[in-house]
Order: sequence, then structure tokens, then C-alpha cells
Amino acid sequence: MSTSSQATLPHGAAGDDEVDQGRRNLLVATCVAGGAATAAAAWPFLASMEPSERARALGAPVEADISNLEAGAMMVVEWQGKPVWVVRRTPAMLDTLKKDEAQLADPLSKRSSQPEYCQNIWRAREEKKDILVTVGICTHLGCSPTAKFAPGDPGMGSGWEGGFLCPCHGSRFDLSARVFANFPAPDNLPIPRYKYLSEQRILIGDDKA
Amino acid sequence: MANGTTSKNVWARDLFEWIDARFPLSALWKSQVAEYYAPKNFNFWYYFGSLALVVLVLQIVTGIFLTMNYKPDALLAFASVEYIMREVSWGWLIRYLHSTGASFFFICVYLHMFRALLYGSYRKPRELTWLMGVAIFLCLMAEAFFGYLLPWGQMSFWGAQVIVNLFAAIPFVGESLAIWIRGDYVVGDATLNRFFAFHVIAVPLVLLGIVVAHLMALHETGSNNPDGVEIKKHLDPRTGHPVDGIPFHPYYTVKDLFGAMVFLFVFAIIAFFLPEFGGYFLEHNNFIPADPLKTPPHIAPVWYFTPYYSVLRATTDDLKWVIAIAAVLFMVWAFLRRGGNAVRMTLLGAGAVVLVALYLLEAKVWGVILMGASVLIFAFMPWLDRSPVKSIRYKGWMYKLALAIFVISFLVLGYLGMQTPTNTLTRIAQVGTILYFAFFLLMPWYTSIDKTGTPPERVT
Repeated sequence: MSTSSQATLPHGAAGDDEVDQGRRNLLVATCVAGGAATAAAAWPFLASMEPSERARALGAPVEADISNLEAGAMMVVEWQGKPVWVVRRTPAMLDTLKKDEAQLADPLSKRSSQPEYCQNIWRAREEKKDILVTVGICTHLGCSPTAKFAPGDPGMGSGWEGGFLCPCHGSRFDLSARVFANFPAPDNLPIPRYKYLSEQRILIGDDKA
Repeated sequence: MANGTTSKNVWARDLFEWIDARFPLSALWKSQVAEYYAPKNFNFWYYFGSLALVVLVLQIVTGIFLTMNYKPDALLAFASVEYIMREVSWGWLIRYLHSTGASFFFICVYLHMFRALLYGSYRKPRELTWLMGVAIFLCLMAEAFFGYLLPWGQMSFWGAQVIVNLFAAIPFVGESLAIWIRGDYVVGDATLNRFFAFHVIAVPLVLLGIVVAHLMALHETGSNNPDGVEIKKHLDPRTGHPVDGIPFHPYYTVKDLFGAMVFLFVFAIIAFFLPEFGGYFLEHNNFIPADPLKTPPHIAPVWYFTPYYSVLRATTDDLKWVIAIAAVLFMVWAFLRRGGNAVRMTLLGAGAVVLVALYLLEAKVWGVILMGASVLIFAFMPWLDRSPVKSIRYKGWMYKLALAIFVISFLVLGYLGMQTPTNTLTRIAQVGTILYFAFFLLMPWYTSIDKTGTPPERVT
């Protein structure tokens, strides 16, 4: 850059060395008021990035028909833009839930998110404990885990009893969507509120009678 | 300039004078280019700054033309990219130049940063140039991340999902922050639309501003060189210019033009014949439209993010113990070191904060902290390096070994970030993560006891 001259700045009134305290205070007050106004003006812009009214209004409960769901199989329904899994567990699958507690991070789901009626080892309503309804979004960073139901799956190492594997960061979950210890995901997969409309129809996202 | 006096170019001289009286055109040209004296011993590693600038221009130009046909709408985006590829005249070329350019931007920037690590370009008095460079690197990462969502393929969607959820790991405010960033409860149309705004205007504006500041700061201090000696110490008494300096123009404009030619040759081969580069530049899964219900069985970021992604994945409860041991060792050292009590208490306090945070925060949050730290830690280089010399030519075996280990761990972490995690690979990534941070955190120690050579007075 060319060297700009350090010429003396034009000064106002006489008595250059003395600060006019009244004017200085006015200047400071103006800067503070201007700064506050600028900060306030940022609010509408930041708030415009919040979910819109339309986005908020979406997310109504959805229905899942499980009449075609075979034992040992899983179906996916979309609720609030997220995948919700419905799994019909076999008695053999349910048996694994009691055996793996020692390896889990939160076996009793104390710190995980689920309706109170699902805080049991099946993480399901007592009357239909073979049906697992869970949000298929990993509690680590939001990927959707993959079903690995086959016990002894060669990719999962020895002693694998069946469950889910998150492809992103390797977190593992058992057949109640409870996370195994020492994997990046901190919590079990969340269970949404749900209720049975009939023997074969589940309403996901609402459990009011 | 414009010194010709033949009648033919009088009008040209008049025009220059007219402009110069109103704008410092020749002054800028002289101070920044024609009379900017750069060390005469620049080598191969000094190509990558100018090449990064070439890629920046390429990205802006191709980007402008892509926006003419791209639609930032969750329902239309994927198809509009395919439309560009198949039906817009030369659209495939513009898109491939842009996608190949993204990878080459990072290749240039990584090699440019490596040059600084070789020759100590971050050392006093160039700390601000270095810090602005780190800021450019951050902007570039943001730019690449926002841009990667736009094709709205499976990798776009799930990559954005994972990275936005990193913010959700922040205690208390994280969840609301992630919703605010997405503009929805999941990555959706609102997210795509705003990422488009960030990608095409907000980040590029900031990026360009910092690039200009980076160059201004560089030209204020003058460039470093492979010997790491200051050429301004030896000025020609007649001209006042450094005796070991040569004017940037024509000497380095010609050198950089030659570099740009070779670079564009390589670039064109890839853009024309290998634009996907075997799935490294354009990932295979991104040719599948985004599906919010199904994560692809194997997801990985694009290659330039994988080292940091590996750090994120490597942070499990086991690694927290390693951090805890490191924090305790640090506190023991802080307790035993000589020096003021205030400094000692500050260092002990910092160690204690880490220990408390280890107890309170889960491994997931620590993964995010370490991933952020692995990028930001570069900013501390000017103050971590205590060596009396700048250039690796005169540094001892300890720095050379440390740099070699760092480069290897960076590459290994990069490789692991593309692989499906297994127990063994996670262990290797954890070792890599420890070595990565050791390069920086132990630097004050090993650079101060390292046996260094004596740099020459003048460049060699």
C-alpha cells in the first residue's frame, strides 16, 4: 500500500488537548444506543431462521398397519419426517433382552427418552411387548441405524445376538433399541408416544385415550 | 507503466494518467506486484498459494453458471443437477469443473499449509497472515459443507444430518440450536434453501474478504522462504530493496503461470476423464436421491473431511481416560514448573476445567470438541513452536520426526474416515488422534530442546 501521510487531523475548537466531557459522554451514549439498535435489528433476521409456522404445524400423528408384519420382521413409517420402526419380535428375540443387560449403557432406560409405559426391558407397552415402536434415529449424530437381526452376523463379531448397527459411527443397539456401552451413542433410541387403535393398527405420536 | 511516447499510444498514456489521478492504479500495481520483492529462492512448495487462487476463481465462475440452472428445492434439486448434467449445453463440464475444483481447492490448501509447516511461515512476524489463513480454511470447510448438501443425494442429506447434529451435542442449548440451523426438525427443504444462500453468497463474500486481507498481511511482512531467513535484513544500499529479493512481476508471475499451466493440465485430465475419481470426489451414494428414512449402509464424508471425521469417531469412553491422564500429567507439570504463581494457578485451573468437563460431558460431546480442536489447533502454531529457527532445513531431528509422524497420522486418519468402523480400526484411529494432538501439544517441549543448525545470513 502507498504510505498515507500522517498529516495532522483537522481539529475543531480551540483547546485541542482538553476533552469536552459533555460531548464525549454524548458520543458514548450515541454509540451505545446505536449498538443496541443494531443488535435489536439482527433479531428479525435470526428469528427468520427458526422453523416456520408451516413446519411447526406438521408432525401430526400417523397410523401404522401391522397386519402384514411377520414375526422377526420390521417396517418403517414416516412420522415428523423421521423414520419410525415397528418390529414384531419373536420369543427368541425377546429372550436376548434379559441376557445382554451387563453390556448395555443404560439397560433400564433411566436416562433415555420413552413414555413411562415403555420404561421396561421390552421398551414396549406391556400388553404387546413383542411389538417394538422406536424412532430409528441414532442418538449420536442422527443417522438411521441398520437392522442386523441375524444372531452371529459375521460383520458384527462373536456373541452378536441381533439388534441394530449405526453405519455412521458404529453404535450398536439391542433388540429393544438399547445402546451397548462403549459406543459413541449415549442413549437408547427414543420411543415415541403411541397407542393401539385396534389389534393391528398403531397410532404413532399420540397416546391419549 | 505506460511510458511510451509515440503518437500511437498517447491516448493510452492519457487514459492511465486520468485513472491514476482518481484511483491508485499504478501505485497498487507497483506496491503489490511489480515492486513487491519476494525472496529469490522460492521452490516447488510455493506454487500452491497462487494455485489456490486459480481454483477460487474457477469455483466462483463455474458456480455462477451452475446457479443459472440449479433449483434449491428439496423436490427439484436432485433432478435439476441431473438436468444440468444431461440437458444443459456443456452443463456436465461446468458441473464437473466445480466438483473437481472443490477437491483441488483442498489439495492446494493442504499443500500450502504443509509448506508453512516445513518452513515456519507461521512464525513471527507472519502470525496474522497465518491466522487469516486458518480463517480461510474454516470458511472453505463451511463452503464445502454447505455446497455438498445442494445435489440432495443420499450423502448430501446424511452428511448434513450428522454435521448439524454435532451442534445438538452442545449441552442445554444444543437441540434448539440444531433446529435453528436446520429451520426444521429434520434436514429438509428449509435447510437446503438456506444452505444454498450460505453457499452462493454469504460464505464466498467472507472468504474473498479474508483472502484479500491474507494477501495484504503477507505483503506487509514480505514472504518467508525455504531458508526461513528475513530478506529485509539485507537491503541494497542503492535501491533500498532486499538483495535476496526479486520483483514479483515478472519473475514470479511467470513462475506461477507455468505452475498454473501444469496444474490445469492435471486438472483437465481429472475433470474430463476421472471426474468422480473412483468415488472420492463424487461419492457413489450421492447419485441416489436423498431418502430421510434410510441411511446408506456405508456413509463417509468426502476425502478432505475424513481426518477430522476420524477424530470424531475415535472419541469413545476409552479415549476420555487418555485425555484425563494427559490432563493430570499436565497439572503435575504445571505444579512443578518454575515461574510465577499466577501462571501456575491458571494452568492448574485449565487442567481442572478439563477434568471436570470429562466427568460432566459424555464422549459424544467430547468427540465434537476434539474434532473442532483438531482444526482450530492450527491457529496456535505461531506460539507453540519455540524453535530458534524457522525452516525445517535447520531444525533438528525431533521436529522432522514429529512432522513425519503428524503427516502419517493425518493420512491414516483420513483413510480410516472412509472405512466402516470396526474395533481394530477404531483403536488405530485413537492412536492416530493421540499422535495428531501430540504434534501440537508437545511442540513447545520438543522444539525448545531440539538441536538446531545455524541458518545462513543470506538465502542459499
